[in-house]
Amino acid sequence: MSAPVPLSRRPLGPTVALLCVALLVSVVCGVALGPVRVPLVDTVTHLRAALFGGIIDHADAGTYRIVWEIRLPRVLLAAVVGAGLSVVGVVVQTMVRNALADPFVLGMSSGASVGASTVVVFGVFASMGLYALSVAASLGALVATVLVYLAARTSQGLTPLRLVLTGTAMAYAFSAVTTVLIFLAPHGEAARSVLFWLLGSLGAATWAMLPLSTAAVVVGLVYLRLIARSLNALSMGDETSLTLGVDPTALRRTLFVVSSVLTGTLVAVSGAVGFVGLVVPHLVRMVVGADHRRVLTVAPLAGAVFLIWVDLVARTVAAPQELPLGVITAVVGVPCFVFLMRRRGYVFGGR
Amino acid sequence: MDIELRDLSVGTIVSDVSLTAATGSVVGLVGPNGSGKTTTLRCVYRSLTPNTGAVLLGGEPLAAMAPKDSARVLAAVTQDSQVDLDFTVAEVVAMARLPHKGTFERENEADAAICAEALKRVDATHLAERSVLTLSGGERQRVLVARALAQQPKVLVLDEPTNHLDIRHQHEILALVAGTGLTVLTVLHDLNLAATYCDRVHVLAEGRIVASGRPAEVFTPELVAEVFGVRAFVVEHPVSGAPQLLYDRLVHQEEIQ
Repeated sequence: MSAPVPLSRRPLGPTVALLCVALLVSVVCGVALGPVRVPLVDTVTHLRAALFGGIIDHADAGTYRIVWEIRLPRVLLAAVVGAGLSVVGVVVQTMVRNALADPFVLGMSSGASVGASTVVVFGVFASMGLYALSVAASLGALVATVLVYLAARTSQGLTPLRLVLTGTAMAYAFSAVTTVLIFLAPHGEAARSVLFWLLGSLGAATWAMLPLSTAAVVVGLVYLRLIARSLNALSMGDETSLTLGVDPTALRRTLFVVSSVLTGTLVAVSGAVGFVGLVVPHLVRMVVGADHRRVLTVAPLAGAVFLIWVDLVARTVAAPQELPLGVITAVVGVPCFVFLMRRRGYVFGGR
Repeated sequence: MDIELRDLSVGTIVSDVSLTAATGSVVGLVGPNGSGKTTTLRCVYRSLTPNTGAVLLGGEPLAAMAPKDSARVLAAVTQDSQVDLDFTVAEVVAMARLPHKGTFERENEADAAICAEALKRVDATHLAERSVLTLSGGERQRVLVARALAQQPKVLVLDEPTNHLDIRHQHEILALVAGTGLTVLTVLHDLNLAATYCDRVHVLAEGRIVASGRPAEVFTPELVAEVFGVRAFVVEHPVSGAPQLLYDRLVHQEEIQ
């Protein structure tokens, strides 16, 4: 057992302020940097022009379009998805009382990939054009979640272990279906598209994708922040939670619905970006402690900054090729995680 | 506030358990392993719904109260209190204020003072900033008792509160809860502690109450032999006068006759 470490619980103000500044800087950098580099000054000028009005030189129209129509929505979407996945990660880890849980532990990503691969392979929903993939993936995720819910439900409600095991088992089943679909695909390109989807990408980001996903993340976050004390109680165990007046069964059911809807919405715009929802919650807890009021304040900001940079790396490192986000999150996240875990003697789930 | 268990039955584990803890009294529930003590208690803190019977809190059926309402009058220290997350002791104790707060309400200085006082009463003020994951079993138990006290309940339900505690803290915790003036219903393993601190004790065996009354009436060599399977000699505590038991292995049933 490690020596008792006194934990200081510093006020959150400075951390939050720092992260807000980092977020702003990250957005500007995310817009400025890329295969076509836009000088920082021009970036700021263009952004200001777009937001507050102004005159752009005719010669700059191309750059303006890159900044405003391609990069900015993509960077903002990265922030929203990063924030959302981090928040869902925190909640799912508490809901199933498992340190290794992430937003996709309930079988959602594999459900989404079944949906996505039916589109890619069979061309279903072709009438919906560009949105076919998003719609199918969300539907797949939703179906997976409902199946997990039905299979995991008992007379005592949803028990954490049952949820995790059912989710894992279902994930295997859905992966098998995806594999079969890809093998049956008439052209080899299908496997590539589905794989790309599975590992997450913001390459298709448009302004149109932002309102719904932003609204979902903001509403979800505000709600979860309001019930943060109940989340604290739940993380102390079901019996303790009860004695503190929080019905664990009802709360777990609510959390299941909230996290499923949020994840489904995010999957529709970005695919299944792995690792963010696993690592960011842990990193944040290491810094600010386990109290959900603190974690749910810091995690969305940290997640947003993290995913903006991940996306930036994904589209620049092998330009003009884009790498899937999941590859970068793993490459950046794993060493970072291992380092912090060893340094702080961080514990989750036991001694 | 008094608490009454009326004809409580849970499957085959608990049968027709009825008992009353009068306002301000300390009532002990004792019995060998598997006799249904914890199951009975779980019905009281609402982790289990009894098949038949009811728990009445101040005359009101517990089942009809919202969880948050009952949490304001009844606090519990349970056995399933393992913690996974890196909370500080102060944060764990502060959770006790949850049932007293609305969704939009923040904890104020009065809450902080209540929590600090509770920590002080269990002799754990120095632990406030420690991670709960680094505490010893006994320290954790004291912190959980502090949390129950910070909940400012009228009834305190304890499942073997002296587990993991050294002899000094066993007595300090029980003296503390007995001195709060709260109605206390506690499961205890140690009959001598029960005899010292309980006003009344109920002995459970195979899910039924087999003896009830003041410790001096209940803890007889005959009962201890029959229920616990050990030979006991009852002596009087030289200072407190409470009956205390000295044990010996029971070799033959006839020895006690």
